[in-house]
Parts: sequence; C-alpha cells; structure tokens
Amino acid sequence: MVLGTYKEVVTARSTDKQIQKVSQDGGIVSALFCYALEEKLIDGAVVAGPTDEFWKPAPMVAMSADEIIAAAGTKYTFSPNVLMLKQAVRQYGLEKVGTVAIPCQTMGIRKMQSYPFGVRFLADKIALLTGIFCMENFPFVSLETFISEKMGISMELVEKMDIGKGKFIVETQDDVLTIPLKETHGYEQAGCKVCLDYVAELADVSTGSVGSPDGWSTVFTRTEGGETIFKAAVEAGVIETKPVNEGKFGLEMLTKLATQKKEKAMKEIDKRKGMGLPVPFKASSEKEDPLANV
Amino acid sequence: MLARIKEFLGLGAKPKEVSEEPKEVVSKEEVEKVAEEKTKPRIGYIHLSGCTGDGMSLTENYDILADLLTDMVEIVYGQTLVDLWEMPEMDLALVEGSCCLQDEHSLHELMEVREKAGLVVAFGSCAATGCFTRYSRGGQQAQPNHESFVPIADLIKVDCAIPGCPPSPEIIAKTVVAVINGDMDYLQPMIDLAGYTEACGCDLQLKVVNQALCTGCGTCAMACQTRAVSMTNGRPEVNSARCIKCGICYVQCPRSWWPADRIKKDLGL
Repeated sequence: MVLGTYKEVVTARSTDKQIQKVSQDGGIVSALFCYALEEKLIDGAVVAGPTDEFWKPAPMVAMSADEIIAAAGTKYTFSPNVLMLKQAVRQYGLEKVGTVAIPCQTMGIRKMQSYPFGVRFLADKIALLTGIFCMENFPFVSLETFISEKMGISMELVEKMDIGKGKFIVETQDDVLTIPLKETHGYEQAGCKVCLDYVAELADVSTGSVGSPDGWSTVFTRTEGGETIFKAAVEAGVIETKPVNEGKFGLEMLTKLATQKKEKAMKEIDKRKGMGLPVPFKASSEKEDPLANV
Repeated sequence: MLARIKEFLGLGAKPKEVSEEPKEVVSKEEVEKVAEEKTKPRIGYIHLSGCTGDGMSLTENYDILADLLTDMVEIVYGQTLVDLWEMPEMDLALVEGSCCLQDEHSLHELMEVREKAGLVVAFGSCAATGCFTRYSRGGQQAQPNHESFVPIADLIKVDCAIPGCPPSPEIIAKTVVAVINGDMDYLQPMIDLAGYTEACGCDLQLKVVNQALCTGCGTCAMACQTRAVSMTNGRPEVNSARCIKCGICYVQCPRSWWPADRIKKDLGL
C-alpha cells in the first residue's frame, strides 16, 4: 500500500480564521494541536518554531495556542523535533506530548516506542503524533542557494515557501517567485534518497497538501488514537471536512507521487546495496511488496 | 518456550529428528512440552564491573514488578537480590558490567555463567559495549593494575544484548515478556546487537552520516543519556568528552536498523 494503512482519508481545513491566515495549507496540524491542548488531550506540543535566523526553524515545546500558531507554515529544512521530546517530558514535565514530524522523524519516534533501549519513561507519553507528507528535505544552505542566488532576493523578504506544480515557489509581500523544481535537484539531502515513506505512514494522523485544493489539506487518520482526536476535532467544529477528490488531483495524484518516491528510493536502495553500502531497508528482491516501508 | 529459544540459538540439545514413533509417545512429549512451558524461567543476575544501575532500572517497573517476581519468573541468583553463594543452573543470566581482565574472580564468574546459563544476556551498556569502563586505564589504589575492562562478548559467547546506560525499565520488561512468550521476532534485534561491542558516539558520523543515511531527525540526540549529542545544521554533533560509548545513539537511530513489521504491529496498522 503506497499510502500506508489508514482508517479514513478526507480533505479538511481549520475553521479558525487566524490559523487559515498563517497556515501552509489547511492548518490541520495547528488546529489539531490547539484543540488537543484546549481539551487537555495533550499538555504541550513539540513543533518547528521560529529562530533568530529567517526560515531556519528549531524544535520548541509549545504550551499555548499562540506558540503553536507562531510555528505554522512549512520550512523546507531541518528541525530535529525528535530530540525535543525528551526535554518536553523532563524539563517541561509534560505527561501527554503532541508532536509534528516528517516521515523519518515518525520512524525515529515509533522505533523508540517499540524498542526504548535507553529512553526511559517517554514511549507512552507521546499522545498525538501528527505526520506531514514529505518528498525530500534540504540543508539550510540549499534554501539560501534557491532564494538568495537563484531568485536573487533576501531570505528575510520571504513570507511563504511552497513546492507544487513542479516548482519551488516563494511569496514575498508583493511578488511570487518560482524556480523549476528541476533546479533544486542535487540540493536535497542524501539521506532522503532511500526514504520509502511519503505520507507519514506511521503517524496517528498524517496530513499534507497534495490531493486537495489550495487552502485545504489531505488528511489520513491511521491509529485509533489519531482517529478519536481527529473526529472529536471535527465534531467540535474546529476542523471542517469534505470528501477527498477521487479524480486526477485527489488520491490519484497522491498515489502517483507516493509511488514515484518509493520506486526511486527502491532503486537507490538496490544500487547502494549493490555497492556494499549499509542500508537499513530490504532490497527489492527480498520483499513481497517492493514499495513497502521495510 | 525456553527449549524453543535454545533451539533457535543452537544451544542445548539438537532438535529431534522427525519422529515416526507411536502417537502416545508424541502426546507424552506434548505433555512434557506444556509442563515446560508452565515452568517459570530461572533468572540469574550477575554483577561484574557495573554500577547496579541496570538492576535498579529493572526494579523501576513498579506496576508489573510484583507480578513479574511472583508469577512470571524466578530470580534464582544475584548479589543484592538472593542470599546464595553458589551459582545455580539458570535459564537466563542477566550480566551487568564489563569484565576486568586483571580480576581473576570476575573472569571465573563470567566463565561460570556461560556454563550454567542457557541464555547469557549482556545487560546494560557496560556488559554490551564496555560503556564508560572503556576509559579505564588503571593506576588507582587499591588495585593500580586493574586497568583493562572489556565487554563480556570479548570473552564468552553472548546470546543477546540490551544496551542502555541504563536500559530503560520498559525495554527490560518487554524483553522479559518476549523471553517468556518465546517471541523471537521481538528479540531478534537484541540477538543482532550482541555483536555490537565497539560502540561510540562517532558511529553516528561513521555509520550514518558518512553512509549517506542521516536525515537529521534528532532521534540520536534525544536518546543520548549524557547529552553528548546535539544537532548542528541538521546533523549530529558529538561532544566526545561527554560520550560514554554506550552505543544508544546509534542503536536508536532509525537508519541503523529498522523494525517496520514490529512497529506496525504495535500500532495496530
């Protein structure tokens, strides 16, 4: 299954105007965390918060809706959120932690929960793991190259970054600049090339832009916990949903992109294994389903 | 159950050949098998050059400890736990601490464990990787010559390892339950980790970053028990002065080994 195991998939967005204004797409991550915080389903959430440097995020523990909303929006570079989970539990004393994670981060968290070798009293405190779709990630210097060098503008003028329709898109206050995605190739981090997960298959709830119209997100509910929280948020009116588009720009597009990512990664895994390099995933010849994340 | 584990690990008696014996014999064997399955595993705790932290971590399973000790396992040996001097036969021996090569008594005890235990577990990072006893170099009173400490797998065959400084209470509970249930799938990574004896924070660089595998997720920095790992520009940076060579950063990295099937099962996916 290229989209992982899930209970339901819908198109959704936050009904909160404040979230809609700052969110990357439908504001699902922000809406879920704000709702869960309010309902005391979580005591805080680890998010990719802003730093002194424009567009360079850092993991932070958000304890209020304001802090969660301040972290909204995609930053196309590293925010090692997983490391903050321990601080959330130890320094902040949280018992029920929410966290947002890209697929590789969900993999680190889930492995820690199944095999908590040195990680004490943390595994059962992850109350809501929200995963976001991820095709690839970039070192910060790659971003600087796209924006400062290729587009010729200063990072601090950027209001929003996006990847879609084959382009890397940057919005400033009065302009929209793009470069073809082709020009970003070679700037991705190498570790992404063996990643077999596009839609955060191991999250409680995963969400992303592909498959839904602008301003909306595609949302998968996967685990029982994830389904419960998402449904409650919809019932409470903080998230509105509509059926996911079954057509060309709905699940079909999502399936296509997920398949592409996985096929490319599988090829790279086989190639690296052929060179005798270590890869923690099985070669295509060892697997029943070559696109499974194993 | 233990027979199954022993068989899997190639210990004890060889598996019986396919029998063409009469049915009643088979059923008698089945009765014995059931009887064996009901036997509580005899667990020993052997304390070499360790700090008792691993044993303490075991006892931090407050919720299940009483049940574990009364109904599930029998602790038959262990300083601090059992008043017994002669090492008995054990199904499972948890060995804490590394072994000092200049201490005849430790060497003797380790050899004896291997003889008397069905399964030998390197319990905690000192036993598994040497951990911070890797930095020992002698020259201290009252035994200035006690300078060489090695993980126990350098001296005997180790069946599985539970690294951690200390291992979390949860992983100890999960391992014991897996042993009782004969859950070899769960134990497989620990069997594999018995071979991971030369651990260091620099493994993150050598075995992950250098191998084009790092994604900057931060799991290593979260896992490090001495806060020796930080993340700089999305890559782990190890403060070698703080690293105690426990191996946890690399063990927890999602790009060192990947138990996908187990995770999906645990999540109900």
